Amino acid sequence: MPESLSFGIEPITAHAWNKDRTKLAISPNSPEVHIYHFQRGEWKLEEILKEHDLKVTGIDWAPNTNRIVTCSADRNAYVWTQSEEKKWRPTLVLLRINRAATCVRWSPLENKFAVGSGARLISVCYFEKENDWWVSKHIKKPIRSTVTCLDWHPNDVLLAAGSTDFKVRVFSAYIKEIEERPSSTSWGSKMPLGLMMAEFSNSTNGAGGWVHSVNFSSTGDRVAWVGHDSSISVADASKGMAVSMIRTDFLPFLSCLWVSENRLIAAGHGCCPMLFEVEETGQVQFAGKLDASLKKETSGVSAMKKFQSLDRQARTETNDTSLGTLHQNAITSVCLHTGNKAGATKFSTAGVDGLLAIWDFNNLESAMGGLKFN
Amino acid sequence: MSATLRPYLSAVRSTLEAAMCLENFSSQVVERHNKPEVEVRTSKELLLNPVVISRNEKEKVLIEASINSVRISISIKQADEIEKILCHKFMRFMMMRAENFVVLRRKPVEGYDISFLITNFHTEAMYKHKLVDFVIHFMEEIDKEISEMKLAVNARARVCAEEFLKRF
Repeated sequence: MPESLSFGIEPITAHAWNKDRTKLAISPNSPEVHIYHFQRGEWKLEEILKEHDLKVTGIDWAPNTNRIVTCSADRNAYVWTQSEEKKWRPTLVLLRINRAATCVRWSPLENKFAVGSGARLISVCYFEKENDWWVSKHIKKPIRSTVTCLDWHPNDVLLAAGSTDFKVRVFSAYIKEIEERPSSTSWGSKMPLGLMMAEFSNSTNGAGGWVHSVNFSSTGDRVAWVGHDSSISVADASKGMAVSMIRTDFLPFLSCLWVSENRLIAAGHGCCPMLFEVEETGQVQFAGKLDASLKKETSGVSAMKKFQSLDRQARTETNDTSLGTLHQNAITSVCLHTGNKAGATKFSTAGVDGLLAIWDFNNLESAMGGLKFN
Repeated sequence: MSATLRPYLSAVRSTLEAAMCLENFSSQVVERHNKPEVEVRTSKELLLNPVVISRNEKEKVLIEASINSVRISISIKQADEIEKILCHKFMRFMMMRAENFVVLRRKPVEGYDISFLITNFHTEAMYKHKLVDFVIHFMEEIDKEISEMKLAVNARARVCAEEFLKRF
């Protein structure tokens, strides 16, 4: 069984870990960010960060520089740094957006971050030393709807963004003021800020769905995304932008994450994390459900009662308040816990039910029997 | 239970399960607003295709989904004048108290008798599968309720008529 922590009944809208995984920042569907600290075998609430005045929509913790960035529906983002006496201090970021911010991600080198928003643009923010504040540059074209998710390429320059106009786009987020000229990648060689390197549509023949999550693989050649049409897709830049898509018969996924070069995790409205695998040919395949917690046996249900309820309400049981999975409501975010994208051993999921679960591949391997993760 | 009810309800159930995959979504048109997209209809890309499931021409369900809300409109069987009046009065009674029913809409969608509006705030506060159960349960019970009321009205009318005719 995975390790699970409950943070009340409020949904967890976002969560982030610090470098050594002893601290955890979560947002309980409110303007606050709660920092928990793992001490003597239990999670203690350490500090509450109050600065936003609407719901916090994104949190990211930069592991090496130990800074937290949060963004919120009130159109602001703050960078939190720890002072000498271990208090978190906010610094306002000038995002220059006029709609809610939806997601935020530190770049791998932690010198800049990107914020997606409902203003149909991405703000790429960096610290300007002369003025001593965080300023932003916008990527606007050709985004036509709310940006729902972002992910950085490991080279610190490229940025993948998914949006509700059914598209996944890879942009260059090169800031010439603070960075060296980037070397060429499989996505392209010239990268001025805002240049669209690739665009993938998450719709075929009129059917499609909003993109809920994007993720670059550890080498950065592949990008995976999940859409509201319950699909999961992988595009490979090293194979001439070949896209492989699989439509599953589960409920839509909200989050995806690479856990090795060929495997990825997706989780969402089905409340159960699932493992997918990219074959040699580049085709994505469903590999298995990771939630092995079985539905408890209900005793004393007579056959007649069962058929009656099947007949009247089109389901087998009348008193099934709890679902057969660990999470009791949609999983909204998946984060890496131990390891990296090239070889993860633990990952965490947080959901609308206020539960945060840490899944260990070593335990899962024995529990799932025959399912191999590496 | 008639033979057509079960496939009808299971079709409604699976459609609702898929339509109720909602998430929080701030308006991309008005600053600092968060409104059910299925009601404001300002961005076409945020609405899903509406689905009508009908058992016969009188009984049908319209399910309109969007990114953060789903609207379920039910048309209830009304065989005769009494059922029509009863249905209208009963729905009016409930919709006037819509706040207490949480997911009820104050006015039905045109062409339907009653509408529910379920937003992401409801799916966050309540179990999603139980919300689906509630709608299914409502659809089952409403027919029963109305036919019971019809019987009660008829019985009462008979008693009244008897009492009245005793005078002559």
